[in-house]
Amino acid sequence: MTNEILFMNGYGVYVWSSFAFTLLSFVFLYIVIKTQHIKEKNKFIAKFGKLNSERAAFAKSQSINKEILSNTQSI
Amino acid sequence: MFKYFEPNRIFSITSKAPRYVLFLFILILSIGLTEALVFSPEDYKQSHAVRIMYVHVPAAWITLGIFSTITFLSVVGYIFKLRNFFLIAKSLAPSGFVFNIIALVTGSIWGKPTWGTWWAWDARITSMLILVLFYLMYLIAWRIYENNDKAFKITTIITIFGIINLPIIKYSVDWWNTLHQPASINILSKSTIHTSMLFPLMIMTAAFALFSLLIFLMKYNTELIKIKNKGLDRL
Repeated sequence: MTNEILFMNGYGVYVWSSFAFTLLSFVFLYIVIKTQHIKEKNKFIAKFGKLNSERAAFAKSQSINKEILSNTQSI
Repeated sequence: MFKYFEPNRIFSITSKAPRYVLFLFILILSIGLTEALVFSPEDYKQSHAVRIMYVHVPAAWITLGIFSTITFLSVVGYIFKLRNFFLIAKSLAPSGFVFNIIALVTGSIWGKPTWGTWWAWDARITSMLILVLFYLMYLIAWRIYENNDKAFKITTIITIFGIINLPIIKYSVDWWNTLHQPASINILSKSTIHTSMLFPLMIMTAAFALFSLLIFLMKYNTELIKIKNKGLDRL
């Protein structure tokens, strides 16, 4: 059973390499997009930290900014 | 109706959704992989090589679907001056591009045991290669022109030219005598694929669609934060 799944009548190398390429592409794309997301978020937090209290209060009044700052939990 | 697509309204949803989509994607992918690699039967002609279909076909379907959606959003966004439509289109492009590459590479791997060659300048394969070039042009255009009116105009033009290629991809196997087999699954007529193979194919398609949704959500959120970063500069 295990041998059949691994070798697949000689087609195993083609089948497994196709699935491996697909899954590696998924992981690569996920990491690239995630890195971009973290970079932009950190930039936002750093910029927000530099605002004076009046501007920070104004920026925080926008729901989307509040959401970015509060949504620290990452996937 | 368009007000429902405003970033401020949907960010609260799009920022929370990825973690649930990721969970669902892993669950559906696990079922799909088990079905595709273990439980689905081998083909009487292609033997186990047919299993490549479970990654090749969903990738091809999704890349075509994403390019059609990008074109629709770009054209409507350009006509009605809806900036958010461009943002959605831009966020869909990376997964569409990667799925196009997956379709080409897995198709090439599938070609070796079935046709005896890694590559042929066949109408279907060549038109898929042209599509990847359109994706590349689209992504490069966003990188060069950033989020401004020129980017909206150029990316819309690229998608309009690119969409001409889609019927060629779809009907190339009927119009020309190609190495690539004709479609086995038809919405309007009876499919020639057995349900024991159709079931894992549909599960894998669902998993791939969830992955592209996950990447879209993450990219869309990143783009919104990028805009908000610029907004903070102006304060």
